[in-house]
Amino acid sequence: MKLSREEVLHIALLARLGLTETEVNRLSEQLSNILENFEVLQQVDTSNIPPTAQSIPLQNVVKEDKVTPCLSQSQILANAPRKDGNFFRVKAVLE
Amino acid sequence: MINNHNRLTIHEAHRLLKAKQLSSVELTKACLERIRRVEPKVHALVTITDELALRQAQKADELIAAGDTNPLTGIPVLIKDNICTKGIPTTCSSKMLENFVPPYDATVVERLNNCGAVVLGKANMDEFAMGSSTENSALFTTHNPWDLSRVPGGSSGGSATAVAAGEIIYALGSDTGGSIRQPAGFCSVTGLKPTYSRVSRYGLVAFASSLDQIGPLTQDVTDCALVLNAIADYDSRDSTSVPYPTPDYTQCLSTNLKGLRIGVPKEYFVEGMQTEVETAIRTAINKLEELGARAEWEVSLPHTPYALAVYYIIAPSEASANLARYDGVKYGFSYLDADSMWEAMEKTRQYGFGAEVKRRIMLGTYALSAGYYDAYYLKAQKVRTLIRQEFDQAFDKFDALVTPTSPTVPFKIGEKIDDPLQMYLSDVCTLPINIAGLPAISIPAGFADGLPIGMQIIGKPFAEETILKIAYAYEQATEWHKRKPKI
Repeated sequence: MKLSREEVLHIALLARLGLTETEVNRLSEQLSNILENFEVLQQVDTSNIPPTAQSIPLQNVVKEDKVTPCLSQSQILANAPRKDGNFFRVKAVLE
Repeated sequence: MINNHNRLTIHEAHRLLKAKQLSSVELTKACLERIRRVEPKVHALVTITDELALRQAQKADELIAAGDTNPLTGIPVLIKDNICTKGIPTTCSSKMLENFVPPYDATVVERLNNCGAVVLGKANMDEFAMGSSTENSALFTTHNPWDLSRVPGGSSGGSATAVAAGEIIYALGSDTGGSIRQPAGFCSVTGLKPTYSRVSRYGLVAFASSLDQIGPLTQDVTDCALVLNAIADYDSRDSTSVPYPTPDYTQCLSTNLKGLRIGVPKEYFVEGMQTEVETAIRTAINKLEELGARAEWEVSLPHTPYALAVYYIIAPSEASANLARYDGVKYGFSYLDADSMWEAMEKTRQYGFGAEVKRRIMLGTYALSAGYYDAYYLKAQKVRTLIRQEFDQAFDKFDALVTPTSPTVPFKIGEKIDDPLQMYLSDVCTLPINIAGLPAISIPAGFADGLPIGMQIIGKPFAEETILKIAYAYEQATEWHKRKPKI
């Protein structure tokens, strides 16, 4: 199957990933190629086979609801590209 | 003065440190001197923490003088650059995290520090651990110490190279589809991917959370067991950590394989496999038989050919979700000249991620998107069930499975970088093991024209002891692991 330019742009939008024109063209070709190779999976009979999300015998791991030490506000903000007092600074979400 | 202290194994160095015939400061300086000499050729290290290391070495010498006998005390280690180190940049070899300094240590780093380890720096890798050659590093490409025109494998290529080139005594890596074992094979060192969840992932920058696992790259199997002793344990900060007791992994090391049943799955001797690799592995299995193991040569795991597609759907899907956190707001690279929030986010990701990371985000987003989820992601998860079941059935009959680590010896830099599918195929023997969550080790098993060949030994879940035992017996009966590259 061939991934169209529009499909590539739609996926990029879902992933919030900016792409140059060259990247759009290259990805359209490369992703089509890769997806074509994935078609082999359609040969496998998976009726009545449950999906596996992870490989360990654990389910619904919970923790005691207890206060434990955590990073300070200044440690959390230390890597912020932009901050304002005790806050991360971002572009306006609502215009 | 030139000495060879940098070539000591952990257990050799520990003996000398304990006998006061060597100090940790001397050992650390020997590694730093070696780094100064060979690093311009191999480019394995992203960050060198020499001042910190010498301080830790001094402290270790004091601990040893006071009677500390931990086997890792005072021994220099290199950490893959996707494992968080408090106060030391952790870049994932990505522009996105070029200036990221973690405010906390990963559990494995904390555990090594508690052993008195000497952290000498951070190792180069494929960006966000996505790749098989380190060519996807946004910083630089690491060169294979056995042939500088070839790749060291990936994604833990910096870790494997540094150990092989004698820059460090041992290193930590991470393995999502072969990223410890394939570079270990390509560089002729020992690399273990423990069972999924045996080692805490807390502080490992997430790539594909159901597949990622941290493990050691060492100069021999004894060292591998010693490092696993230090890092494997239950950790309440990793919700996938399994509360099983941790044995002393050195206790299982023996040279007698009598009674062990080994299966050789024929699907791993794939089309396009290099003849010398196949011959070397068959010879190595003969050696295991001489040591007492009983090998069955015609085992079949018929779903193996589907593992590549399963992996390249599941891993990018999980990656696309995990990497959504890089939005230019909380940490990492941020595009500041945008007019709107959405533009800021899109440009941050456009300029912060490299080509392979973008490719996988796109692939994963596609596989999870409306209309394609059932055909790709869900289908892959169902075939994942079949792959795991097939392994479980094989392990009813066998204690371990033995295969090549890679279908070829290290390839040339540049040879596969423009063809993603060819690059993906170089992990064809290691991917199924992550899909099933099994432990596997790669050990040196020969050379073809001076280029390393690795043998992969696969075990049942949490049966690290069995594969370490087989690896140890083979190693003690051969000399491959003693050969070092001449650079």
